[in-house]
Amino acid sequence: MKKEELNFSKNNQFNLTMLPGKFAKAMRTCKIWQFFRFMVINIKMLIVVRKSH
Amino acid sequence: MARLIVMGGGVSGHTTATFAKKWLGNDHEVVVVTPNAQWNWIPSNIWVGVGQMQKKDVVFPLAPIYEKAGIDYRQALATEIHPNGKEGSDKPYIVIQSTKEGKAGKTEELEYDYLVNATGPKLNFDATPGLGNGKGQMGTNTVSVCTADHAVHANLELQQVFEKARKAKENGTGERQKILVGTGHGMCTCQGAAFEYIFNIEHEAKKAGVRDMLDIKWISNEAFLGDFGMGGLHMKVGGYAVSSKLFAESLYAERNVEWIIGAHTSKVEEGKIEYELLDGTKHEEEFDFAMLIPPFAGVGFKAYDKDGSDMTDVLFAPNGFMKVDAKYDAGAYENWKASDWPRTYQNPTFDNIFAAGIAFAPPHLISKPMSSPNGTPINPTPPRTGMPAGIIGKAVAHSVCDMIKNGKENAHLHEASMAEMGAACVASAGKGILDGTAAAMTVYPVVPDFEKYPGTGRDTDYTFGEIGLAGHWIKHILHHMFIYKAKLKPGWTLIPE
Repeated sequence: MKKEELNFSKNNQFNLTMLPGKFAKAMRTCKIWQFFRFMVINIKMLIVVRKSH
Repeated sequence: MARLIVMGGGVSGHTTATFAKKWLGNDHEVVVVTPNAQWNWIPSNIWVGVGQMQKKDVVFPLAPIYEKAGIDYRQALATEIHPNGKEGSDKPYIVIQSTKEGKAGKTEELEYDYLVNATGPKLNFDATPGLGNGKGQMGTNTVSVCTADHAVHANLELQQVFEKARKAKENGTGERQKILVGTGHGMCTCQGAAFEYIFNIEHEAKKAGVRDMLDIKWISNEAFLGDFGMGGLHMKVGGYAVSSKLFAESLYAERNVEWIIGAHTSKVEEGKIEYELLDGTKHEEEFDFAMLIPPFAGVGFKAYDKDGSDMTDVLFAPNGFMKVDAKYDAGAYENWKASDWPRTYQNPTFDNIFAAGIAFAPPHLISKPMSSPNGTPINPTPPRTGMPAGIIGKAVAHSVCDMIKNGKENAHLHEASMAEMGAACVASAGKGILDGTAAAMTVYPVVPDFEKYPGTGRDTDYTFGEIGLAGHWIKHILHHMFIYKAKLKPGWTLIPE
């Protein structure tokens, strides 16, 4: 049994979407990966901010 | 010496006033009229509402900041605009009513050369029976996180629900608590705040060990999850360009949060709401705790001509927001264009009046208009908060300063169309320096331009979103950064809006 897939069966709304697996969820709070994403997101946001002013 | 009056001291008004004062110096006068004694970083009210911040963390007194900046601060409510002056004087003026302790209710006339309306919205609780108290304030059936005080109250109520859930778990009674979060009317905006609140509640419930005793449900006027009043957005992920609907639904499903969408909340009672869906059917939903965002309206200014006749409809749209240089006669959805959106925010009748932030009347919705077979409109209204509000405020300050310094004829009006401007948005999904998450998103442009970007209406190279701890770090940094900027501390102008 994959715990992260349990919610698919809870109702039809949930069944028709996508759920993150164990790896995707772990990466969300993995400090090293998130530090990298922090840099990337900041750069992307700065570009949008620059384009908007 | 010219006098600029800025009505409102929120994100947009504060930006306009502080930049205008910086650029105009002491040669001209900048006056801020706001009924509030404190500035509030509204995005962090969410964390006050779940007990992760206190009110003092999200507010600070305005008076010392404006004193330092040389801005004339009037703690008062602006009630009337007289753009043509009065009998015997052509000088335009506004009427203000003090809200300061000891002077409350005292009225005064303030003459102006330039006027910026940046009041933000009126929280129109009374638009839904039972959501308000009938006197324009929030009622007792639900809570809100729209102001810092509302958020403090929301947290007190939430902790009681958590306590009941904890006791039920300990006693083994199995009594579950129902939590309902979303929009309290079919024409609400600001779904993002409710989105953040529901996931912060879910996160805190897990931490408190009571998540298994809670049924958490979302109710919204969006036609699909992830609309956010912007008609949704498309992001590039894994080589695909996909709709925000898929990501929003995924998040709700993952956190076991059911949803009701396309809903107009028509009545609120103690522990129960009535709502109508887009298919015209009517339903009820019970709750033990509900946070429902009220719809927004203009603050209810009246405008009078020189002879005292009412000319409110000249300055304001029927919803109470101020008319600016937008195309208000675009007609049906099929005819809507990005160019309908205002560029300079100058009132078309009076060139010395501008509106910034939520106070300007948008030309139409961004999301596709929807209504039930009963004729009830059910669609989110356009968001104009946060980054766009700040950028518009700064552009308006630029224009007014140019008009004052160079004269109206030679002035360059600065532009900040929401159809050419992006927005960075960080929506918290749980607070915690090591276990928090937030959805970090950028959208470019805010208003889709299907002529420039056929297909999604937006540039998918600059429209993205992802959820993770990094987003939470950014949200936390933004909290401190924008409060630092609003306090006008050294280098404040370097921090972008």
